[in-house]
Amino acid sequence: MAKITFPVEAGHIMLFARAIGDYNPVYHDADAAKKTEVGGIIASPTFPQAVAQFDPEYPLRWRPGQPWFGSGKTASGVENRPSGGGGLHAEQHFEYHRPLRPGDVLTVEHRQGNTWERESKRAGKLTFRERIAEYRDQNGELVVTARSVGVTTERPVERS
Amino acid sequence: MALKASQLKVGDTHSERVVENLTRTQIVMYCGASGDYNPLHADEVYVTQKAGYPSVFAHGMLTMGLTGKMLTNYVGVGRVTKFGVRFTNQVWPGDDLDAKATVTALREEGGKHYVDLALSTTNQDGKEVASGSATARVDP
Repeated sequence: MAKITFPVEAGHIMLFARAIGDYNPVYHDADAAKKTEVGGIIASPTFPQAVAQFDPEYPLRWRPGQPWFGSGKTASGVENRPSGGGGLHAEQHFEYHRPLRPGDVLTVEHRQGNTWERESKRAGKLTFRERIAEYRDQNGELVVTARSVGVTTERPVERS
Repeated sequence: MALKASQLKVGDTHSERVVENLTRTQIVMYCGASGDYNPLHADEVYVTQKAGYPSVFAHGMLTMGLTGKMLTNYVGVGRVTKFGVRFTNQVWPGDDLDAKATVTALREEGGKHYVDLALSTTNQDGKEVASGSATARVDP
């Protein structure tokens, strides 16, 4: 898969922390952050996932002039899509070598990991796919490793 | 404030209410920040009429982010070295979530001190929505 360039920006770090409801000043107030142990604004732990914003091919982003499976005139712009809405996120693991800071320019490389299947009572056959992402900084140093497991269900997951 | 290994023991816990009455607006904010605009999370019409779910539901990564808020409040910002979760149940608008960390080990490695934590995030019915583990660097 192609490498993605992920510039880490202070405004993005702030919006991401807001979405989580995390108002720790270290995510939005440069002066307050300067007085903390980390010495400046850093990104919150799950921020690396926002690399999706910089993936030109990311499939879960609406684009002008292209079919989109969300609603408009009709309940879905893509007919005959399987129920269940596609994939769900099953697991996510991060390993951090240092915090991400505004001004970092990361290069992110994804590779496929293992694939496996399992039967489930609540959603039929489950297909799991693992994906590994390595985040390197402007000096080529590995800063974050992420392992993600996605699952495709045979039918929508029943509420247990 | 960072944790001190000398003041921790296996079995210690820390928990926080990380969201109360989760709103669809917060889920939409997470779409915008993360870049994941999957209609499953933001489009009630699509979700109920096409995808077969009773309502939109939160991104797993929003639940992980909320769990991470408890984690950084507990161990300190910039101290987490590993953080992983499995998403075990969906999170719906209106849910209240509590995230809890339990100390499972205290270790010294290369002169640095670390705490290993088991993580569990549960909803208002006591059902687990995410379970996982984390490691953080602590002071001696």
